[in-house]
Amino acid sequence: MALVAGFLAQAMQMALVLIAAPLLTGFVRKVKARLQRRRGPSVLQPYRDLYRLMRKEVVLAENASWLFRVTPYLIFAVTWVAASLVPTFASGLMFSWAADLIAIIALLGSARFFLALAGLDVGTSFGGIGSSREVMIASLAEPAMLLIVFPLALVAGSTQLSNVAEFMVSPDVGLRVSLGLALIALIMVAIAENGRIPIDNPSTHLELTMIHEAMVLEYSGRHLAMIELAASMKLLLYLSLLACLFLPWGLATQGMGVAAYAVGLTSYLGKLAAGGVLLAVFELVVAKMRVFRVPEFLGAALMLGLLGTLLLFLSRSL
Amino acid sequence: MQLVAVALACVAVLLGAAVLAVAVSARRVASTVVYGACLAASSIALAAALVHFAGTSPVTLTLPLGLPWLGAHFRLDALAALFLAVVNLGGASASLYALGYGKHEPLPGRVLPFFPAFLAGMNLVVLADDAFTFLLCWEFMSLASWALVMAHHRVEDNVRAAFIYLVMASFGTLALLLAFGVLAGPDGAYGFAAIREGVQTPLENTLVLALVLIGAGSKAGLVPLHVWLPLAHPAAPSHVSALMSGVMTKVAVYAFVRVAFDLLDGSDWWQSMVVLFIGGGTAALGVLYALMQHDLKRLLAYHTVENIGIIYIGLGLALAFQANGMMAATALALTAALFHVFNHSLFKSLLFFGAGAVLTATGQRDMEALGGLIRRMPYTSFAFLVGCAAISALPPLNGFASEWLTFQAILQSPDLPQWGLKFMVPAVGGLLALSAALAAACFVKAFGITFLGRPRSHAAETAREVDRFSLTAMFGLAGLCLLAGILPGFVIDALAPVTLSLVGERMPAQADVAWLSIVPIAEARSSYNGLLVFVFVAFSASFAAYIIHRFASHALRRAPAWDCGFPEPSVRTQYTAGSFAQPIRRVFGTLIFRAREHVDMPPPGDSRPARFHVDLRDLVWEVLYLPVAAIVNSTATRLNHFQFLTIRRYLGLVFLALVTLLLVLAIWL
Repeated sequence: MALVAGFLAQAMQMALVLIAAPLLTGFVRKVKARLQRRRGPSVLQPYRDLYRLMRKEVVLAENASWLFRVTPYLIFAVTWVAASLVPTFASGLMFSWAADLIAIIALLGSARFFLALAGLDVGTSFGGIGSSREVMIASLAEPAMLLIVFPLALVAGSTQLSNVAEFMVSPDVGLRVSLGLALIALIMVAIAENGRIPIDNPSTHLELTMIHEAMVLEYSGRHLAMIELAASMKLLLYLSLLACLFLPWGLATQGMGVAAYAVGLTSYLGKLAAGGVLLAVFELVVAKMRVFRVPEFLGAALMLGLLGTLLLFLSRSL
Repeated sequence: MQLVAVALACVAVLLGAAVLAVAVSARRVASTVVYGACLAASSIALAAALVHFAGTSPVTLTLPLGLPWLGAHFRLDALAALFLAVVNLGGASASLYALGYGKHEPLPGRVLPFFPAFLAGMNLVVLADDAFTFLLCWEFMSLASWALVMAHHRVEDNVRAAFIYLVMASFGTLALLLAFGVLAGPDGAYGFAAIREGVQTPLENTLVLALVLIGAGSKAGLVPLHVWLPLAHPAAPSHVSALMSGVMTKVAVYAFVRVAFDLLDGSDWWQSMVVLFIGGGTAALGVLYALMQHDLKRLLAYHTVENIGIIYIGLGLALAFQANGMMAATALALTAALFHVFNHSLFKSLLFFGAGAVLTATGQRDMEALGGLIRRMPYTSFAFLVGCAAISALPPLNGFASEWLTFQAILQSPDLPQWGLKFMVPAVGGLLALSAALAAACFVKAFGITFLGRPRSHAAETAREVDRFSLTAMFGLAGLCLLAGILPGFVIDALAPVTLSLVGERMPAQADVAWLSIVPIAEARSSYNGLLVFVFVAFSASFAAYIIHRFASHALRRAPAWDCGFPEPSVRTQYTAGSFAQPIRRVFGTLIFRAREHVDMPPPGDSRPARFHVDLRDLVWEVLYLPVAAIVNSTATRLNHFQFLTIRRYLGLVFLALVTLLLVLAIWL
């Protein structure tokens, strides 16, 4: 019985990230539009877009290979698995131990690896520019992310997200400089990884500034739907990660019953909404930066992570 | 006893095959016979090594060869069995690959005799149990591989590569010779058993470790002793490149592990800092060098340098933990390093086989002239893609499992008491993270430019898939990469006897952890389950594909590429290897390679072509090697004077030398 309940909770989390992801994207767009004094499309627009893309035919470049056609499903699957491994409404779910934070980062790395390959597959110059810039950004964002893992893991004594989250609600965390640095660095990495302003513009139509959009330029129809959904889930993943690491309040633990799950779910949706509003506000107050300023931005995140780690090596209480 | 005899018998077969090859190399069947014999011998030796893992006690054998009062000692213990398995797995797959690939060899007489000899040399190094046999076999291995580098000796670059390799190999052997000299002591106790019992002073200990780091490191490709590696490995035929990169560098790691963890009594913490520093630097620099290459085989060779760095990071961590008596962490770090040794031998061999297949099919190693091969060579490209994903440490493949263990070992390090290590280890962790991310970028480039896009030359356009033997070898290794990635627990358990025999501690048994997860320390700290991740991803992908094909539109239309409305028919508008790496070159290269871009843009109206040129400087070569070469040259020029003396002056010189020596002796005693 416990097994079935555990399985159900895990399945619920998988369904939740899948369903909530487009909503989050729509919500961020809506908030941005309202802040710009536009009415903006409905928050449900991303679902409609996905539906529409699914119904359309795929226009495939003549020389696209099998890799190009497989990649959308692969990216979707990998991102989905990674997003379901991050605690959302409850920690310690049935399979949460299958991959720790390092493995989740590496899973996202797999998705990016294949997306960058897909960008090169057709052999167009825009695909190349996207892939080449994406791997440059990743080559700094990924180490920065791992250096953020170090202080978290050292403080909590675990790289397992559920354990870190449980530690973070316990009273022995306290205010720590290293965690503060890790938080700032994680936000910077999250912005870069999701291709948000100031790194990349998700709604750009100016070719030379595109990174993510340039890689997926040749995709259409159901393939594009998969990629869009994966991108939404990635945004959700990073917000969940921030929520479960730095705002773990309300998180239910495995087997606490339906009421706790309901509290967890409500607080999770609240955290997502808050994160979405903050993201929208942030995107409106900063300008996009030149692509060769990005290394400085991410280098700062890298240094913050390293500094946080070094502080912890100096003293466990910092 | 029997297992050593079996392994030595396999070596004898290999040496016999080498001799046979000299006789028959002109015949058409020669390559089939020789590589078939190599395949059989390596497979049997591999089986012997695997059987040994079941039993734990070391077995020894002494043959009446070598120095008359010493004999040739051979010993098969857990460490030797591990590396014997790595050597022969690589050897067997290279032989299988060569059954097909070797048929394209233009000069079989220059490859066939040396290939089995090279394999035999590597086997013997791993089995040797006294310093004399070890050094003899080491040199035999070096010379056999040198001959293979020289196989295509009409190519000028190969001659230069072989010369640099020979110089560096001799230098490395010299360092090892001195190391064993110090270890053996004044009494000449050359047997490893006697060395193990001996006690070294701290000075001797440091000296030996430094000499072994130089000697084994020059063979493994540690920066700054790596310069020969990216020249020599690609110069050899591809199956030999696979052996040199995938296996011979591991034999060098074996030499280091054997001396540092087995023959020496232990080490100081500051010594481990040196190893960590060199390991971290090697990892980061190796991958940055690799990113700048556009020769596929040279890129792979530079990447070997990076992976050797990762292995040495693990070894350095193990030394640091051992010096502080943290034995569980030592076992973890050592297991991570040895796991990576195994993994790297798998995927690096696979990638070199793939590069060889591309070379066979197109005659090209230059990525700028390739492209679009995924359509012409679907099987090769699939196997190569698996290798690329594995070496980029993507879950659920094997490269990730060992790097994950290395990260777990790094997370053990705040408990280290020394301040130096407290600062060094996180920095090395950052370098490791950086090199892992850059490796992914590097292999997006390697695969994307070579196999994807549109063909950049006629050769790439008309490439044909390679033979079945080559494909079998590649797919076998790709399968092992996946298997070791989704079932890492079994590999870790198999490595337990090795760490037990070296440091007296092992990682917790993984086979009985629920769901075949791996748990390096405790479940609450960290766990990873490659199998489950693989199943999840496979399930989600199939689920998504099913839903899409059930409910979404099936319509599909082939059309010209969109490219934002401006598709350019010329294939030269595609991204190239150079342009793909340009952003990374700008970020890292300006500092590390002093990269300078020169743009020559003619003014409007001028019909000259615009020119773009990038200047990359290899600072290691310029700062370290060129001055040494200059000193050697100028000394040689001065000494040249002595070549043209009269007989009286020669006699005078001899007399003078004699008197000086006698004087020295008189003062000394």
